[in-house]
Amino acid sequence: MIADALQRHLARRQFLSRSGTALGAAALASLLAPRLASAAQPPHFAPKARRIIWLTQAGAPSQLELFDPKPGLAAQFDKDLPDSIRQGQRLTGMTAGQKRFPVAPSVFQFRPHGRAGLWLSELLPHTARFADDLCVIRSLHTEAINHDPAMTLLQTGHQIGGRPAFGAWVSYGLGAENADLPAFVALISRPSGPTNAQPLHERMWGAGFLPAKYQGVRFSSGKDPVLFLSNPPGITPERRRAMLDDVAALNRMKLAEHQDPETQARMDQYEMAFRMQTAVPELADLSKEPAGIYERYGPESRKPGTYAANCILARRLAERGVRFIQLYHRGWDQHNNLPGGIRSQCHDTDQPTAALLGELKERGMMEDTLVIWGGEFGRTVYSQGVLTKDNYGRDHHPRCYSVWLAGAGVKGGHVHGETDDFSYNIVKDPVHIHDLNATALHLLGINHQRLTYRFQGRDYRLTDVHGEVVRGVLA
Amino acid sequence: MRSSKRLLLSFAVLALASPTDLPAASAAGAVRYNRDIRPILSDNCFACHGPDANRRKGKLRLDVREEALARKAIVPGKPQQSVVVARIGATAPDELMPPPDSHKKLSAGQKDLLKRWIAEGAAYEAHWAFVPPVKAPLPAAGQGKPRPANPVDAFIQARLAQAGLSPSPEATRPALIRRVTLDLTGLPPTPAEVDAFVRDLSEGAYERVVERLLRSPHYGERMAVDWLDAARYADSNGYQVDRDRELWPWRDWVIRAFNANLPFDQFTIEQLAGDLLPNATLEQRVATGFHRNHMLNEEGGVLADEFLAEYTADRVETTAAVWLGQTFNCARCHDHKFDPFTQRDFYALKAFFHNVPERGVGNYSNPIRQNAPPFVKLPSPELEAKLAGLNAKLKGATEQLAALNQQSTAGLDAWAERVAAGVSWTQVELLAASGGDQPPRVDEPARAVEVGPQETRANTLKLTARLPAGTFTALRFECATTVAEASFQWSELKVAKPAAVRLRAVTAGDSLAATETVKVLDNDRRTRAVLVVKPALAAQAVFELEPALASSAPSEVELELGVEHAGGPTLWRVFVSGAEPDRLVPTSVLAIAQKPAAQRTAAERRQLAEFRLQQQPEHRRLSDAVAALKRQVADAEGEIPTTLVMEELKEPRATFVLMRGAYDRPGAPVTAGTPAVLPALEEGLPRNRLGLARWLVSPQNPLTARVVANRFWQQLFGTGLVRTSEDFGSQGEPPSHPELLDWLAVTFRESGWDVKGFLRLLVTSATYRQQSQLTPALRERDPENRLLTRGARHRLMGEFVRDQALAASGLLVPKLGGASVKPYHPPGLYEQITAGKGYNTYVAGKGDDLHRRSLYTYWKRSVPHPAMLLFDAPFRESCTLRRPRSNTPLQALNLMNDPTYVEAARWLAQRMMREGGDTTAARVTHGFRLLLARSPSQRELAVLSAAFERARTDFTRDPAAAKALLAVGEAATDARLDAVDLAALTTVASTLLNLDEVVTKE
Repeated sequence: MIADALQRHLARRQFLSRSGTALGAAALASLLAPRLASAAQPPHFAPKARRIIWLTQAGAPSQLELFDPKPGLAAQFDKDLPDSIRQGQRLTGMTAGQKRFPVAPSVFQFRPHGRAGLWLSELLPHTARFADDLCVIRSLHTEAINHDPAMTLLQTGHQIGGRPAFGAWVSYGLGAENADLPAFVALISRPSGPTNAQPLHERMWGAGFLPAKYQGVRFSSGKDPVLFLSNPPGITPERRRAMLDDVAALNRMKLAEHQDPETQARMDQYEMAFRMQTAVPELADLSKEPAGIYERYGPESRKPGTYAANCILARRLAERGVRFIQLYHRGWDQHNNLPGGIRSQCHDTDQPTAALLGELKERGMMEDTLVIWGGEFGRTVYSQGVLTKDNYGRDHHPRCYSVWLAGAGVKGGHVHGETDDFSYNIVKDPVHIHDLNATALHLLGINHQRLTYRFQGRDYRLTDVHGEVVRGVLA
Repeated sequence: MRSSKRLLLSFAVLALASPTDLPAASAAGAVRYNRDIRPILSDNCFACHGPDANRRKGKLRLDVREEALARKAIVPGKPQQSVVVARIGATAPDELMPPPDSHKKLSAGQKDLLKRWIAEGAAYEAHWAFVPPVKAPLPAAGQGKPRPANPVDAFIQARLAQAGLSPSPEATRPALIRRVTLDLTGLPPTPAEVDAFVRDLSEGAYERVVERLLRSPHYGERMAVDWLDAARYADSNGYQVDRDRELWPWRDWVIRAFNANLPFDQFTIEQLAGDLLPNATLEQRVATGFHRNHMLNEEGGVLADEFLAEYTADRVETTAAVWLGQTFNCARCHDHKFDPFTQRDFYALKAFFHNVPERGVGNYSNPIRQNAPPFVKLPSPELEAKLAGLNAKLKGATEQLAALNQQSTAGLDAWAERVAAGVSWTQVELLAASGGDQPPRVDEPARAVEVGPQETRANTLKLTARLPAGTFTALRFECATTVAEASFQWSELKVAKPAAVRLRAVTAGDSLAATETVKVLDNDRRTRAVLVVKPALAAQAVFELEPALASSAPSEVELELGVEHAGGPTLWRVFVSGAEPDRLVPTSVLAIAQKPAAQRTAAERRQLAEFRLQQQPEHRRLSDAVAALKRQVADAEGEIPTTLVMEELKEPRATFVLMRGAYDRPGAPVTAGTPAVLPALEEGLPRNRLGLARWLVSPQNPLTARVVANRFWQQLFGTGLVRTSEDFGSQGEPPSHPELLDWLAVTFRESGWDVKGFLRLLVTSATYRQQSQLTPALRERDPENRLLTRGARHRLMGEFVRDQALAASGLLVPKLGGASVKPYHPPGLYEQITAGKGYNTYVAGKGDDLHRRSLYTYWKRSVPHPAMLLFDAPFRESCTLRRPRSNTPLQALNLMNDPTYVEAARWLAQRMMREGGDTTAARVTHGFRLLLARSPSQRELAVLSAAFERARTDFTRDPAAAKALLAVGEAATDARLDAVDLAALTTVASTLLNLDEVVTKE
């Protein structure tokens, strides 16, 4: 049966065109016999990472306040950004009309941390304890200057919707490790403070032109961690099991008569649905976590749906073999009142992020988990709106910004790339979004040029026709 | 001999690797360029040696024979002398083609084919899809057999005979009527319809069923679903902000057009250029909504030019995909790499779509649902009558007011003297403030309230103020800022305590004009006073209090301010005055009043007199009435549905090739034109959208009829004759039955583009009517049914999975058209990811709205209905011509647990009890037939009956569970039915709704 189905899928779908068969076969095995999926073979070459946790900071955190110290700017307070730096680059419609572009030095202090002496902001005291694990890329750049296109580019490799999310590519390429859980999960957290929380979009974890089975599954806090997971009132698991047995009995009669392998596939999906009904609530139930865990993740972690609670959930997902965990935190879009706003955001994220790193290390999972922290673009050195000594805002800045990587296969305590004195232009080792994605795929053991899917006559890939693995960040 | 054996082996490899299951060249037959060679060259060589001049390597192109020959890449008849052959067989990595870093590799079979083709003379053929289709003579039937009556069958059966296969027998009548009813209406047949068909043994019974279905209003609804995907229809603007738009009147136009069987050429012309038709009707203008379906960016800070470039590119790509089956998106940044389209062709097409008077970005400050121009209004007759009445009243009141303004000027000087004294204001103490995005801060010493920036909509700020003892007739707000400048969108103001006090906007001193501040008093958040606030120059607003506030001791007053969006922070102060209301005058009037009467000019006296008139009670009453009527007119106009349309600028915009597709890198100018490789736009046609539309459906166009006929085939058979229905280019798959496709295309066009006639032709064919059972032999010989050895069997589209459940259970509300509706939806989805008060929650509808057909479900692009997404619906962000059909556990969870299906199961159970009879077997059979048209087998019945008995025993012991299950969903079932029986049958109905056969068309 399975051999037949494999044959059918081989004929019907192209998985990884012109690539080695190992990856394709792994993907097929996971599709058709999910319980065997844990035996998935390494894909194009031996991977460093088996999974990715992408801590997506939506709204664009300011690199100037967090990762890219510019002590020289103090002397430039309220001076105009030199034309030699700005070079007439385009601005958003929000500040294009400003008469002046006054330099706003960060009000936050930086100091070196860890053996490596990695410079980090005072806003990140908890993360700083893991300075020797972090690889900060200060020279990331993107093409889009507004949130939606930039986030879509970050997630799908293209500014306009329609292409699969990174996690969907991974799900398609590597399949699931756990037979009872999806390969790609999205978690969305709620900022605690009142902020300008930029909207997200289902397409950001969508399957694009890939079949829907590869789309990210949104896990929510509340009654149904996965959509439609709970049985309706009055239907116990026993009643559900009995009903599924009836469905299976009737489907088997249909299969015997019609012999369509799709019927068998549907029977398998119903079984997986039933297993998910047990596995997912167990996974999403944080109530049995010891009190010490909540202390580590901080006061917000007891509130479902917060970043802190989602970080605990991310660790539980990772433990259970979910390949790609995309955790969003909204609220970084500080066009004004940046110092207050970013303080509140760091309050939400710093401690839980550090707790997650700590737990991964203790459980030996840092070795095969890649953690990425960052947003869709950076913020301008000049103030949007009025600048005072202790208050200012920053507009969108795609020309350079910072993210960090940690874990599997990544250099710790390392800074890659460099920006000019204004954190406005990159002066060394630029890294494009496509390069970042190529690197992350590389760590998963995938050659980004060979993970393709044919759509509209063209072999598409996450990195489009671009992308270079950033060797400088690899351990 | 040895070599031919190797050749056979390599063909086996090729067949596996080939995207189609159709055999390529047989070892014996001649090699054909289109069938055998083009796919190899296109996939492996054209990217660097093809149509794209800029990326061409070594100046060699292999897609044009003369060029390949001129550079000795190909020497016809002499493979050994052909550079191509040498390079594909090279061992040195820098010699080998395709180069190793391309990750492309030719199989041995492909290399042999290329050699054979060159040896046989390297004949090229024009790409099949660009060659005009001709009607081939119908193939002869096999020996001793009559030619099938339906030409479709003649082609299909001839191909089967070639392969040594024969067709499957006709499906059973219940299977057939279910199949055709689902295909043509998206709904299941009723048991009565099934019975009538099964009993009707007379000639033409099936054809009569087809006629009935083609006349059903649900036919148009079913046909619209695929078209809405193609047109990327949605109820929201997309991108980040993703607020609502109104385009459903266009969706309804599509349904009406299919139901009226509007010929496809006219269907095309009206949607692309209805506005340009002579004496265009409103309907024809509504039709042009097709190309306003693209997304619209309303994000703050987007650049109009950048997104205008996106929208026009989207129109080009959608047009090329829907009518030409071409992937024009590939030619936006460079010449197409596989097909003979240049970047210039792309922008020449764009020039047709670039002349719409549109802004490029949405206007975020507009009220939600207010469409971005151009749009048309579609008032109902009732609304038009109401508006006429209101306008008549408004005219009367306005005339009375004008008459009043002519009155005398007696007593003017005495009034001026009182005004000249000026008005004194007392600042009040602010005690508390709350509300908004961030709580306002009461600033004690300054007696001011600091209000932080308000990023979201619909904020309400509450202020508590203490008034000193006295009588106060007027209230003044002052708003300043600590930043350079901030705008403050103020929508509402009222005195919450004491509640009886009403406010009247007046223009006094340096305050904002009452015409502006009246917008905060109208109980309508859509109208706002926009204050531009600066530190030194406070914005002021003055309101008269009616009645006056009088108290012998200090008293507290509560004020409520509605704020839609505000910069800031801003500082607010409040003042009161006891002056007689007729002394509240603007600075300009005060200045005149303060002049000695003798020194006033005539104009100044007139100004004084007019102002004073406005203070009189009768004048106020009338002007209030005028204002109220204007509001009522505005409200009534707000109820008028609008729909986005295309319009044409008188002067076309200049269009340029955009270098690398970038909006800010214009290259050479272009004018509107059709792709050079296709037949030219005929002389008599205008160089605008109308000309383009006529060209698309002209008999000379080789693509449109094929592309459209293929999609109708896909809709019925699950897979097109060209499987890649969105790509008829060189990278697409060639047709499985080229002569049939051409015959169908010409027939469709020559029929006058008769869509119903075309579908009738297909569904009445024996090919369509075959049973869909697989056998081991068929799986071996025709695994994907590309040769049509059997009927189609595949999962229903998500819309029809739900519609079927609603229809079979009796819940379906069959109303046609209208604004989109909001059925059940899992809680929390919007809140997690959207922003913006007023559209970040999903408020499910009530009553009928819960049970309309799925194509009427509100479609928000950032969060489409989750159940539809689970069943492979696209986001509708761009044109989709072929949905995948996946099979996932989340679909199973949806069908088992979504209240939609739990409620439908309860209603299905009710029907089983009420209509099915008294026995369990009869009831179960009825439910089975409602969904599947057929009766259950004895074994199926045994499983379902046992399930019912088990559930009944179970629920008898646990009646609370039965009650809980029956409480799901808003539609009430008959309370007289036994709850345990109904609950037990509900679980049986749910079992049925989850069967593979139920969600499958077979």
